[in-house]
Amino acid sequence: MNTVWRDGLWHNNPGIVQLLGLCPLLAVTNTAVNALGLAVATLFVLTASNTIVSITRRALQPEIRIPAYVLVIAALVTATELAFHAYAPTLHARLGIFLPLIVTNCAIVARAEAFASRQPVGRAFADGLAHGLGFGWVLVIVGALRELVGHGTLFRDLGTLIPGAGNGGITVVDGGLLLALLPPGAFFALAAVLVARNIIASRQGQDNPELAREQG
Amino acid sequence: MGADRGGVMSGTLKLGLFAAIAATIVAGGWRLTGERIAANTHAARLAQFESVLGATVFDTLDYDAPTIVEPPHRLPGDAPARIFEAFANGARVARVFEVQAAGYGGPIVLLVGIDAAFVVTGVRVVSHTETPGLGTHIERERSDWITSFDGRSLGPDDGSVWALKRDGGAFDAFTGATITPRAVVEAVHETLLYAQAMEAPP
Repeated sequence: MNTVWRDGLWHNNPGIVQLLGLCPLLAVTNTAVNALGLAVATLFVLTASNTIVSITRRALQPEIRIPAYVLVIAALVTATELAFHAYAPTLHARLGIFLPLIVTNCAIVARAEAFASRQPVGRAFADGLAHGLGFGWVLVIVGALRELVGHGTLFRDLGTLIPGAGNGGITVVDGGLLLALLPPGAFFALAAVLVARNIIASRQGQDNPELAREQG
Repeated sequence: MGADRGGVMSGTLKLGLFAAIAATIVAGGWRLTGERIAANTHAARLAQFESVLGATVFDTLDYDAPTIVEPPHRLPGDAPARIFEAFANGARVARVFEVQAAGYGGPIVLLVGIDAAFVVTGVRVVSHTETPGLGTHIERERSDWITSFDGRSLGPDDGSVWALKRDGGAFDAFTGATITPRAVVEAVHETLLYAQAMEAPP
């Protein structure tokens, strides 16, 4: 696995290392399927915007780069939202404002500006996929944690994303703790994932931001 | 100076080009999905009306042209209420009232189906902002509670039916939520009273 993939999925993960895009990360992760829906949408937008930004990188002078990115990202998000509205209407209704709000996810403009605008198309595409998947797995893990504690199920309402799949999900325990589904539950679940991530990172002696700063 | 102006011009043109590309992406997306979205919206609305009307057989429903009742009215809620009429062979067989109950987290928009004999054919929640996990049991997907209105009508002894069990009525409350079901019961009751009063001889 080369550095592009390692960075996106782990070392420089947008969700748990850069802590970007926390608004959707906290807001729509009340079930694993909702989280997965937003993850798919973000993955598509991030990969497509990285690719377009990289293709046009030589043509744009620095003064108009950011407005051009905003235009491209807004158009991609609108098209994605239309696709969800047409092919997954129930999920579209459930994600509500957070689908159009992908446009404000700073992880996307950050990758465009920091990476895709100075890299060849192939690498920019891979970087978009890696960071999209990196953000996505964090969303799904947080969503699954909250759903498991809150409802006692996993992947309920999968039919809203994949037509034909059942809506029952896997029932692990009966009933659940309401707090996990309310906004505070999002913070607890994210904190749990962050703790796990930091423990693993420090065991491996890698890229602990605090440690790196202390060692200067 | 000349070089500066050239830079501004080319930047403007390029941004214009980007705007055109962005517009093309959006327009293309709309062309590909527009029909399907309209069909989805239509089907979802029709399915909702069908579930509210229960077993009532109807051939036409004026869901594009409801009667709008402006406030102040005696229906629940302060917003304009809408009344949809369902017909079979030219005779009105049922009405669907879109009204608002005052929930715990804000208005609960309800569709209440009432047939010609003033029997409730079904109730569904269109939108609400109740507490997830507590008040959300009013949703059909989450619980059967909302179907406990089916077949109810105004009786001679109103108070003993149209209230929560803890208030001496016939409807269950949910664990941890009383305000939400109470609001829905009251709203359906008021709608039924309104429907009957509309028809009553002066």
